[in-house]
Amino acid sequence: MRILKWLIAQKLLFLAVLLVPGRLVFAQATFPVNGVADPRSDYYAFTHATIVKDAKTTLQNATMITRKGKVVALGTQLAVPADAVEIDCSGKFIYPSFIDLFSDYGIAPVTPGQNRGDFFRYQNTSNTKGAYGWNQAIKPETDASRLFTTNNDKAKDLRSAGFGTVLSHQQDGISRGTGTLVTLGSDKENLVMLKERAAAFYSFNKGISTQDYPNSLMGEIALLRQTYLDAQWYKNRPASEGINLSLQAWNESQALPQIFEANDKWNDLRALKIGAEFGAQYIIKAGGNEYQRLDEMKATHASFILPLNFPLAVDVEDANDARLVALGVMKHWEMAPLQPAMFEKAQIPFALTAAGLKSPAEFMANVRKAMESGLSSARALDALTRMPATLIGVYDLVGSLDPGKLANFVITNGPVFEEKTVFFENWIQGKKYIITENGWKDLRGNYKLTVKINDKNREYTVEIKGTPDKPAATLQPGADTLKTPVALSLSAKMVKLTWSLKGDSSRLNSLSGLVEDKFWVGNGYNADGEPVSWNMQQSSPFVEKPDTTVKKAESIKDINRSIPYPFNGFGYEGPEGQQDILIRNTTVWTNEKEGKLENTDVYLKNGKIASIGKNLSAGNAKVIDGTGKHLTAGIIDEHSHIAATGSINECSQSVTAEVRIADVIDPEDIQIYRQLAGGVTGAHVLHGSCNTIGGQTQLIKLRWGRSAEEMKFANWDPFIKFALGENVKRSFGNSNNRFPDSRMGVEQVLVDAFTRARDYMKEGPARRKDLELETLAEILNHKRFITCHSYVQSEINMLMHVADSFGFRVNTFTHILEGYKVADKMKAHGAAASTFSDWYNYKMEVIDAIAYNAAIMQKEGLTVAINSDDAEQARHLNQEAAKSVKYGNVSETEALKMCTLNPAIMLHVADRVGSIRIGKDADLVLWSDHPLSVYAKPEKTLVDGIIYFDNERDLKLRRQIAAERNRLVQKMISAKKEGVKTTPAVVSFDMINECETDRHVKNSIWELGNETRN
Amino acid sequence: MNKSIYSVCCFLILFSTARAQDDVYPVREQPGSVVITNATIHVGNGQVIENGSIEMSGGKIIQVGSQISATQPNARIIDGKGKQVYPGLILPVTDLGLKEIANGVRGSNDYEEIGEYNPSIRSIVAYNTDSRIINTLKANGILLANVTPKGGTISGSSTVVQLDAWNWEDAAYKMDIAIHLNLPSFISRPNRFALFLGLPIDRTDPTKQALEKMDEIKSFFRQAKVYINEPVHKETNLKFEALRGLFDRSKKLFIHADQVKQMLVAIDFVKEFGFDVVIVGASESYQIADLLKQNNIAVILQQQHELPATEDDDVDQPYKTPYQLQKAGVLFALNDEHDETRYRNLMFNAGTAAAYGLTREQALQAITLNSARILGIDATTGSIEKGKDANIVISEGDILDMRTSIISAAFIQGRQVSLENKQTQLYQRYMTKYGLK
Repeated sequence: MRILKWLIAQKLLFLAVLLVPGRLVFAQATFPVNGVADPRSDYYAFTHATIVKDAKTTLQNATMITRKGKVVALGTQLAVPADAVEIDCSGKFIYPSFIDLFSDYGIAPVTPGQNRGDFFRYQNTSNTKGAYGWNQAIKPETDASRLFTTNNDKAKDLRSAGFGTVLSHQQDGISRGTGTLVTLGSDKENLVMLKERAAAFYSFNKGISTQDYPNSLMGEIALLRQTYLDAQWYKNRPASEGINLSLQAWNESQALPQIFEANDKWNDLRALKIGAEFGAQYIIKAGGNEYQRLDEMKATHASFILPLNFPLAVDVEDANDARLVALGVMKHWEMAPLQPAMFEKAQIPFALTAAGLKSPAEFMANVRKAMESGLSSARALDALTRMPATLIGVYDLVGSLDPGKLANFVITNGPVFEEKTVFFENWIQGKKYIITENGWKDLRGNYKLTVKINDKNREYTVEIKGTPDKPAATLQPGADTLKTPVALSLSAKMVKLTWSLKGDSSRLNSLSGLVEDKFWVGNGYNADGEPVSWNMQQSSPFVEKPDTTVKKAESIKDINRSIPYPFNGFGYEGPEGQQDILIRNTTVWTNEKEGKLENTDVYLKNGKIASIGKNLSAGNAKVIDGTGKHLTAGIIDEHSHIAATGSINECSQSVTAEVRIADVIDPEDIQIYRQLAGGVTGAHVLHGSCNTIGGQTQLIKLRWGRSAEEMKFANWDPFIKFALGENVKRSFGNSNNRFPDSRMGVEQVLVDAFTRARDYMKEGPARRKDLELETLAEILNHKRFITCHSYVQSEINMLMHVADSFGFRVNTFTHILEGYKVADKMKAHGAAASTFSDWYNYKMEVIDAIAYNAAIMQKEGLTVAINSDDAEQARHLNQEAAKSVKYGNVSETEALKMCTLNPAIMLHVADRVGSIRIGKDADLVLWSDHPLSVYAKPEKTLVDGIIYFDNERDLKLRRQIAAERNRLVQKMISAKKEGVKTTPAVVSFDMINECETDRHVKNSIWELGNETRN
Repeated sequence: MNKSIYSVCCFLILFSTARAQDDVYPVREQPGSVVITNATIHVGNGQVIENGSIEMSGGKIIQVGSQISATQPNARIIDGKGKQVYPGLILPVTDLGLKEIANGVRGSNDYEEIGEYNPSIRSIVAYNTDSRIINTLKANGILLANVTPKGGTISGSSTVVQLDAWNWEDAAYKMDIAIHLNLPSFISRPNRFALFLGLPIDRTDPTKQALEKMDEIKSFFRQAKVYINEPVHKETNLKFEALRGLFDRSKKLFIHADQVKQMLVAIDFVKEFGFDVVIVGASESYQIADLLKQNNIAVILQQQHELPATEDDDVDQPYKTPYQLQKAGVLFALNDEHDETRYRNLMFNAGTAAAYGLTREQALQAITLNSARILGIDATTGSIEKGKDANIVISEGDILDMRTSIISAAFIQGRQVSLENKQTQLYQRYMTKYGLK
C-alpha cells in the first residue's frame, strides 16, 4: 500500500517534469500576460559535444551557444558566457534536426464529399462556394498557414524521429495551394510558423473533389495545362471572368518553389513535361520506383523528394497465392531500398521524407535500410538537412548549425543513423524537448550496494549492463553466489530496484532512491517489510564489447541488381541494338503490286528495308533462314487501348478534345509484348468512347523496353477519337443526366462544338487560349483527323453531314458495323472504315452487325481495316482479317492488307509502314505458316529492323522468369521466417483497357463474367 | 447424280431469296437416304477416312467407310470430292437462346435467376429457338448446344439442344443433363475501385471466406442427400428433388471453377458425394492435370482466345492448355463463350489448340466426341459412326482454319439444314443494293 502511494507520487512528479517546458520561450509582445512578466534570454552553452554542423563538417569537443532560439556561436575554443546556462554534452553528438518537405502536420485531414464515384449524378462545375475557379480540384487558394494548428502529439512523434521543421500542406487536389514551413515546437502557431507560404503543391490526384472533371490522368494533365494558360490570361483581368480568387492565388504562388507529388517514375516525367511547357521547375515528390529509369530521372535535372516507404514482403508461402504476385512486384520489393543510394551515385539531388510511412517511428529504420543498401551517412544527413532547406530557399534559417540559424538540433549519444544510438533531446527554436529521459548519463558499470537494515550493513555487488537508456541490472550477494536479476526502473533521476531473495521469489526487496551520477542513495523495505536505507557506489565503469555480429551484409549482396526494360519478367536487360539483317529464301507478302514473292530475300539496313530480291549477299548481316516461312509487313491495329494508363476515358464532359493519350502512354504494359508475339508492330491508341468528342489519340510502335516518348510514331498526322451512339448517350445505365441522351443530342454536341471552334478561330490573338477549341480548330484546319466510333447507319450519315457542313472530312469510321449499309455514302465522303471481323449482338446498336461488313465495304471501294479494340483479339488480327475470306470471299492478299497496309493508309503512314517495299521501315513479321492461317505463329517480329519478339528468346525468357520467381519467392519466405512483416498475396493486376470499360481486368481466374461494352 | 446436285442448288436458292431470318425454316424430315461420297471423313474419334462415304437414313448414319454402296436405290448423292466431312460441332456450355442482346437490353435476357440455390431452375423452358444467333452457328457447323443457366451458387440445370427447331420441345436433344454449381473465389484481389479512389482495401482472408461458403454449399448437399434417402417427405423440397439425378448419377454436376483451389474443392466433392463431376472454365487446370486425371474429372475449357492469367505466364498459355491436358490424359472439351462474337468461333478455338500442340484430329475431337462424352450424349452423336444420329457438317476445307473453313452443308439428325441466317440475308441485300452480286 505504501509502495502504491509512492508510485503515484512518482508518476505525478514525472508529469510535472514534463510540463515544465510549457512556458513560452519568447513572450509575444501583442499578447497580454496573466500574471507577472517573465522575460528570459534562454541563453545556453552546449559544451564538450561532437557537433555535426552539417553533413560535411564535424567539430570535436566543441561548444555551441544558443540564445533566444537561435545559434549564436559554434566552435572548439569558445568560452561559456557568464550568463549562459552550461549543458555538459560530454560523449554527446549534436546534429541539426531534420526537415521534411512533404508533410501534413498540423493540417486537419479533408473529408470526402457524398457524391463521389456516382457515375450518373453528373457534376459539371465546382461545389466550392465563393469567388473561386470552376474546378473543385484546382485549389491554389488553399493556404496551409491559415489551416495550421500545432498538434503536440503528432509533433512529438516527428521530434522523436529527429525532425525539427516540416513543410506542411493540405494534401488534397490537383493544385493544392501553398504549404507552410513550421517547426515542431509546441508554442503558439505564431511562433512556430517560419514562413507562411513556403512552396506551392500539385499532384495528379483530384482528391475529394466531387466534380466529374477530370476523371482520368490525361484529364488531370489537360486541366493543369489549361490552368496555366488561364492564369496567364487572367493577369490582364479580363472583364468576362470577374474576380477569380483561384487564378489570382495561382499567379501569386508561381514565384514560390513548386512541389509536385508525382509518386511514380512515369508520372514524374509527365509532371516535369508540364513544368517544362510552362516554365515551372518542379521539385518531384517521388514514388519509390524511380530507380527503374534512373537515366531518365537524371536527364530531367530535377530535384527529388524520396520517400522511404519501402514495400513489404508478400506472404508467398502458399504456392497458389504466390502465383498471383508478379515478378516485377517481387523484384521491386528487393530493389526499392537501393533507390536513395542509386540517386546518390547518379548525383541526382534529393531530399528524404517520412511521407507514406505508417508512423514517423519507422523512419530511422528505413533510413538505415537505405544505408545498408549503400546510401552514405553524409548524403543521408544532407538529404534531411541542407538539401530540403536549400530546395525551398530557407537554408539561411534551418538545415545546419550555423550562427544566425534556428537552434533546431538533436542531441544523441552516437552517430545519428546508428541503430544503437539514443536520441535524448530534440531542441526546437532553442527549447528542449525530451525524447529519451534515461541514459544521458551512462549509469552502466559495476557497483557496490550497501543496504542498511536495523543498523546492520549488507553488501551486494550490482552489475548494470544493457543500453544507456534501458539499463539492466543483476545482483550478487557474494562473489561466489549466482547473479539475481534486478528489476531496475529509471525515471529521470528517480530509481527503483526490486529483486527477490534467492529461493523465495514471492518475497521482494524493494528500494527507491535518487541517482546522482555514480552515487545512488535512498530508502526502501526488505522482504520482511522492514525499513532499510541504502546507497550504491560505482566501482568500475561499463566497458562496451565491440559488436562482432555480422548482419545483413549478405542479404544486400545477393540482390539481383540488373534492371530489365520494362521492369517485368519479359523485359530485356538492354534493348536489342539495330543491325543489318538478311531474311533469306522466304515467301514475301509485299502488299505491293509485286504481290506475293516466293523464295525471296529481304535485306534490312539501318532499320529500313534496303533490298528485296533473290540470292542477296549477306555481308556482315545477321542471316535469318526464312525457308518455308512467310514474311509480311507488321500488323497495325487501328483501334487499340493498350499501353495507356490512368484511364483511357475522360468521361466527364461530352467534349474533351483537350485530353491526349500521348500524355499517358504506359510503355511497360505487358500487352505490348504479348501483341508483338502476335505480330503487331503498330497500335493506334485511342481514347475511349464514353463521350462524343473524346481525346487525342497516339500512334505507337511497339518498341518494347523503350520509354513512352520513344514509343511514339514520329511525324505522324495527329488524330482524335470521336464516338456516337449508345456509349456517348450512356444507354447502359438506368439514368443519365449528362447531355446528350439521344442520337439527336449527339448531333447537337458536334454542331455546337464546331460552331464554338469556328467562332474561336475568328477571335484575335488576345483570346483566352482554350486547349479544347484549339484542338477542334485543328480539325477545321485539316491538321487533325478523326477516327469515329460508330455503329448504325443513321449516325454515320449524320456525322458525315456535320463534317460536310463544317468543311472537313471524317477520316475513319471505327467499329462501323453498319458501314455496309452506307458504304456508298462513305465512299463519296472519302472516309475509311476500320471494323471488327465478326462481332455482333453484344448490344442493341449492333444487332444488324454482320461478318460480311468488311467484304462489302472493301468491294464497294473503301479502305478497310480489321481492328481489335481488345488486347486478346489483337494477338491474332491476321486471323481476324482472314475471316473476310470466309465471309465475303475477299482475296487473301486483300485480306492481309486489312491488318497491315490499310490501317497504315488510313493513319497516313503508308509511306513508311504497311508493306514490304524498299525504303520503308523494317516493321516485319516472319510467320511459321501462311499468315492468314490459324496455324501461323510469329517467329520474329521486328520494328525498325530490331527484333523485339523472337520465339527462341521467348523460351529463354520463360526459363529466366521461372528461375527468378523461384529465387524471390524463396527469399520472401525466408524473410517471413526471420520475422519480417509481410502483406497478403494479392493479384498483381494488369489493367486492360477497352473502349468503355477501361481498367477492366478480364481474366477467368479472378473475374467471372464479362462486362465489355464496345 | 447431276439431279441431286441440282436439287441442292434449288434448296439453296430457295433460301437465298429470303430477307429476314423469319423465313429461314427448320427443315422437315427428309425421306430416303443421303450418301456423301469420296470425301475426307474426320470421324471425330481421331480417325480419318480418305475417300470415304457416309450413308444416312431415318436420321441415322447407317454406314460409313471407304468402300460402301448406297443401301437404298434412290439415295441422294452428294459428291464430297475434295471436301472435308466432320461430325456436327457441339457447344458444351452456353447461354445460347437465353441471352439475345448481351448488354443494355435487359428484356432480351433470360439466363440468370434471383437467389443462391436454384437447382430446380431449368434452362430449356426459356430457350428461344428463334434467336438470331442460332442460325449463324449452324452456318459454321455448330449443330448442338448445352443451354446453361448462370448465376447464384447453384444456377439450375442445362439441356442439350439441336439447333434446328420450331420450339424448345423440338429442340431438346437430351433434357436436364447437368446441374451447375459456381464456387466462391479463393483469390485476394485488390478492389480496383478502391485502388482508383484511394480508399482502404479490404484485407479479409479470401480463403477463409471461401471455405466458409464451401461449408454452406456442402451442408446444402448433405441435407439433400438425407432428404433423398427418406422414403416419404412431410414437406416436399423442390430444390432437393431437383438434385436427385446427381445422387443416382443420371445427371452430372458441372462445377464452374478456374482457380486451382476451387478445383481442389471440386475434387473433394467427388470424394464426398461420388458425383459425376465436370469442371467448367478450368483455365488453371493445366497446373493440376494429373490430379484431375487421377480423379477422373473431365474439363470444359471455356475460352481458348484468352489472355494469360498473370503477367509472368507464358504468352501462349491459354492456347496450349488443351495440349497439356491431352498429354496428361484428361478428358476435355473446348468451348466458345465469347460474348461479342456469340460462340461462332468454336472451331477456331480448336484450331488454335491445334496450332499449339494438339493434332488436328485431337482438336476436332475436343469440340465433337469429347464434348458428347462429357455431356453424356456420345451414344447418339459426337462422331461419324454407324448407328449414331446423322449430325454432319461438310466443309470446303479444314474446318479449324478460318482460311478454309467454309461450310457447304450441314445435317442435323439427317435433315439438311439451312445455312442461311440474318447475316447472310443482309449480305445479299446489300450486295444487291450495290450491284455487286
